[in-house]
Amino acid sequence: MNELHTLGVSELAAAIAEKKTSSVETAQHLLARAQQHSGLGAYLFFNEEATLAQARAADARIAAGDRTPLLGVPLAHKDIFVTKDFATTAGSRMLSGYQSPFDATVVQRLAAQGAVTLGKLNCDEFAMGGSNENSAFGAVRNPWDTARVPGGSSGGSAVAVAARLAPAVTGTDTGGSIRQPASFCGITGIKPTYGRCSRYGMVAFASSLDQAGPMARSAADCAVLLSAMAGPDIDRDSTSLDHPAEDYTALLGQPREGATAAQPLKGLRIGLPKEFFGEGCAPDVIATVRAALAEYEKLGATLVDVSLPRTELSIPVYYVIAPAEASSNLSRFDGVKFGHRAAKYDDLTDMYKKSRSEGFGPEVQRRIMIGTYVLSHGYYDAYYLQAQKIRRLIAQDFQAAFAQCDLIAGPVAPTVAWKLGEKSNDPVANYLADIYTLSTSLAGLPGMSVPAGFGAGGLPVGLQLVGNYFQEGPLLQAAHAFQQATDWHTRAPQGY
Amino acid sequence: MSLTQSDIGRIANLARLELSGAQSETMLTQLNGFFDIVEQMNAVDTTGVEPLAHPTAVIDHVSLRLRPDVASEPNDREANQKSAPAVERGLFLVPKVIE
Repeated sequence: MNELHTLGVSELAAAIAEKKTSSVETAQHLLARAQQHSGLGAYLFFNEEATLAQARAADARIAAGDRTPLLGVPLAHKDIFVTKDFATTAGSRMLSGYQSPFDATVVQRLAAQGAVTLGKLNCDEFAMGGSNENSAFGAVRNPWDTARVPGGSSGGSAVAVAARLAPAVTGTDTGGSIRQPASFCGITGIKPTYGRCSRYGMVAFASSLDQAGPMARSAADCAVLLSAMAGPDIDRDSTSLDHPAEDYTALLGQPREGATAAQPLKGLRIGLPKEFFGEGCAPDVIATVRAALAEYEKLGATLVDVSLPRTELSIPVYYVIAPAEASSNLSRFDGVKFGHRAAKYDDLTDMYKKSRSEGFGPEVQRRIMIGTYVLSHGYYDAYYLQAQKIRRLIAQDFQAAFAQCDLIAGPVAPTVAWKLGEKSNDPVANYLADIYTLSTSLAGLPGMSVPAGFGAGGLPVGLQLVGNYFQEGPLLQAAHAFQQATDWHTRAPQGY
Repeated sequence: MSLTQSDIGRIANLARLELSGAQSETMLTQLNGFFDIVEQMNAVDTTGVEPLAHPTAVIDHVSLRLRPDVASEPNDREANQKSAPAVERGLFLVPKVIE
């Protein structure tokens, strides 16, 4: 089969299970394709030998009659997840050459379901950024327009799916890092409830916000991956929620109460926060999101107006809390136990300083500086503690909104993908672009991006759906119903 | 409130970063630009609001766990030290700290 890259997760799993192709053939095809499109910068590291060994093992399991939903399906991982058979750098020079002694729980769980790892995907350094221009190993290009950013920080992940270099991938989302690149690249991605997927083996950025999730072409494919990824990891992650794993694929097929064939979402109340539709959002994005919402009405959903009054405040709150946690997490990079050590230094303190200044890129250093400052004596109460208090108010705002609706919908980002370099000298402009995704992260709620159509310049626009805690199933169901009625998620950029 | 060049030096020292003169200048401008948007937090009345350190605290009243204080991982010193910059006889090497 020559068109293996056109198949999604479920189709590929079926083709492999029915022996129309093999896991080895599929992996070889996708590896060759990734090489052919290396100019996009999506992949950072391969280990062909390890990939093919995993694929052969999957083919042997199939020959022995074994069946699991991901058996033999090649996936790729964001380079934030540690992997013992592939290099792990978190997009940082600091970890150049690092070899993890173990696999992240999420990687392990997908492998246990038979998934094969193609390689590691580019991302913003330590997942800090919204354009993937902060990677120490070069920017990633958006296949819809290679002069534009793919979004970030899971930019390589989004591009691998959009350019058909992998049927599905993992990503992580701290303040929008799954949803925003998914939106910019026209793919589907879900950030589950905080604590739903184990953080064990995820290089830490901001521990009270970091959350892993799948990115794929469709909600149905995300459901397959998330079913494998989610679930308690009690012994290894103290923030992993003790909530049993769910079969999201089975949930997709369950009709809602009162649903009809024509109106599968009858009775679903979708809340539209007025703060997400203001003048800060580009008209092309609003128009695309409104058209998608009209489709939801046709599917039986009712739209209600809600308010998230502290949406604008989520920017300073997030950019105080996340850097504070980052400055603490990144203090482990001291040039002693792993990571970069400067070649020349005077003494221990000088070694720390030189190693860190050489190893970390500018955005990471900026966030470490912000975090150190807001945690320092005399400023802790005014910044860090005040931000945590407002964080609670933001979480309460969502609960007030959910009293009136089942899901919240709006744009993922205020614009379509911007041009490479356009905002790279203006960190604050980058932070402001995260306005619609940060509050969800601060509250720990699940959110997703669903391809909703195209805006200015034919660039993809994502519809953001946010659910209450543990509502990943209903979220995926709402996205799936939309994808059964529309074909935006099937569109590929020209030439891919 | 505005940060000064000497604040930048003090914070960089706390963060164990070494900034060149030019980097320090850029950092000062960028951090001051950032703290302009942070100032809007001051206007929020948070009297009586408990700080929220972790979203798990509002999810179903989940509380953070502690695991039993017992060794759970196998000793795998060689693999764990494989990426260390300087190791000798199973120990991490650092520059001389005590004369």
